[in-house]
Amino acid sequence: MKIKLALAQFNTRLGDVKANLDRHLEFIEEARQKRADLVIFPELSLTGYILQDLAANCALQPHQNDPVFNELLQVSKDIDLMVGFVHEDPRHRFYIASAYLSEGKILHIHNKAYLPTYGMFDESRFFAWGDSVRAFDTRFGRVGMLICEDFWHASLPYLLWLDGADILLFASASPGRGLNKNARLSSSEWVEHTNRAYAGLFTNFVAHANRVGFEDGLNFWGGSTIFDPDGNLVVRAPDFKEALIIAEIDLNQLHRSRAKLPLLRDERTNLIQHELDRILDKS
Amino acid sequence: MIDLTINTDLAKTILTSFIRTEVIRAGFKKAVMGVSGGIDSALSLYLSAAALGSENVLAVRMPYKTSPQETLADAQTMIDDLGIQSRTIEITDMVDSLVNRFEDMSKLRAGNIMARMRMIVLFDQSAVFNGLVMGTSNKTELLLGYSTIFGDSAAALQPIGDLYKTQVRQLARAMGVPDAVITKAPSADLWHGQTDEGELGFTYEDVDKLLYLLVDQRYRPETCVEEGFERAFVERVVEMIRRNHFKRVMPPIAKLSQRTIGYDFLYPRDWGT
Repeated sequence: MKIKLALAQFNTRLGDVKANLDRHLEFIEEARQKRADLVIFPELSLTGYILQDLAANCALQPHQNDPVFNELLQVSKDIDLMVGFVHEDPRHRFYIASAYLSEGKILHIHNKAYLPTYGMFDESRFFAWGDSVRAFDTRFGRVGMLICEDFWHASLPYLLWLDGADILLFASASPGRGLNKNARLSSSEWVEHTNRAYAGLFTNFVAHANRVGFEDGLNFWGGSTIFDPDGNLVVRAPDFKEALIIAEIDLNQLHRSRAKLPLLRDERTNLIQHELDRILDKS
Repeated sequence: MIDLTINTDLAKTILTSFIRTEVIRAGFKKAVMGVSGGIDSALSLYLSAAALGSENVLAVRMPYKTSPQETLADAQTMIDDLGIQSRTIEITDMVDSLVNRFEDMSKLRAGNIMARMRMIVLFDQSAVFNGLVMGTSNKTELLLGYSTIFGDSAAALQPIGDLYKTQVRQLARAMGVPDAVITKAPSADLWHGQTDEGELGFTYEDVDKLLYLLVDQRYRPETCVEEGFERAFVERVVEMIRRNHFKRVMPPIAKLSQRTIGYDFLYPRDWGT
């Protein structure tokens, strides 16, 4: 099966859900006209990133009765969506989250499990830690979603891989940093190397949607990518510019890649569990 | 090896985009800036013109009676080169009316008064031209605190505040700032013959390398000494960074209530835009 993935690399309006929803609907319509099957939006695409005390004001409860989700669920009847938002759970905890919408339903919500709170980041001051990571089934097969810092920890992509995800969907609002003599920022290069490594090591598709624009002094560098199960670049969006990038991926490539490189077949999960038990017991 | 080389194309892309985005989201399309003839304001000027268009930048020359003629001429060369609007507003009368009141006026006090008078002129021109005041501070001077608080440090945006002086030189060259501006000895021109490096007692090239280790690479001062920097130099720079930190933060508000600006009332500056 061949499917078309769309990466919506755009700039958000900070704390203005209505304005950001309108941008989502524009990108979704363009993607639909170009016959995309799934549109992937960056981290916190409905709100913007440096929210601080705005987080609670622009949080959403993801169900039919929420006007924002209602509108997205309507359009998801024609095209699958992955959107970023502040998730307010029934107990009023606030998470950085991504929701996967398909055929008018919410298939899955991932709450960001790793909240960077160091250097320029202050996420766990304002947000609750997500406490699960699950792959889930879609009409294109089993996929997994992670948000930015989640995939700076190798454990979470690894868990999703073992949980059956053949397509990893990554969303970021990654602030650019590390200007040196190279043509790209060191943060851009780091993220791209990492995503390429996951694709190759897991013989998976890895799609990454990163945003652009500025918030206060931070720049978001874009450069959204898709890597195939051989670790080859399928497509890369430009750095620093808004873009809707659409690329076709051939899910049959999973068969070909894993036939020649059976890393998934040979993964020694029992050994890992055994050793993890020992390591964790010891501590 | 300490290498402060930057990719100037990438720096230009990010900084012009930053200026454009932040000026527009604040509800403006223009910028106003003081242009001394020195390299920092020159770079800020060239970046602003590239970001906003020459027609949207106002360069203001604000000489004091002791300002050297050649720096005024250098500023004019750049104004002509970019084809931007400019005004010359001499600050001598404003400054002297305060300076002359005190017999014990020091050079330092007079220098700070000049910097703050220029700030007043710029923010006034900002209202006339309907443009944001563009900052011209670089990372070296911000870290060392080599600036006048509420004077040259007062601005709406600081586009070159994360570039060390030596990196400012690289980017200025790439942006087409005239050679004469890049190569002349940096000076605040607060009194005749003043140079930054003379007053500081070290060169920007040396201090930038040290700052890069201390700040960017998080070296401990002791390790910088082991890396070959003189102990007295390291200690002096560490102390300058510490002592001048107040210039880099908002004044502390004494907390009394349940929710206080700066501590638990936290919003990004770009809130809602």
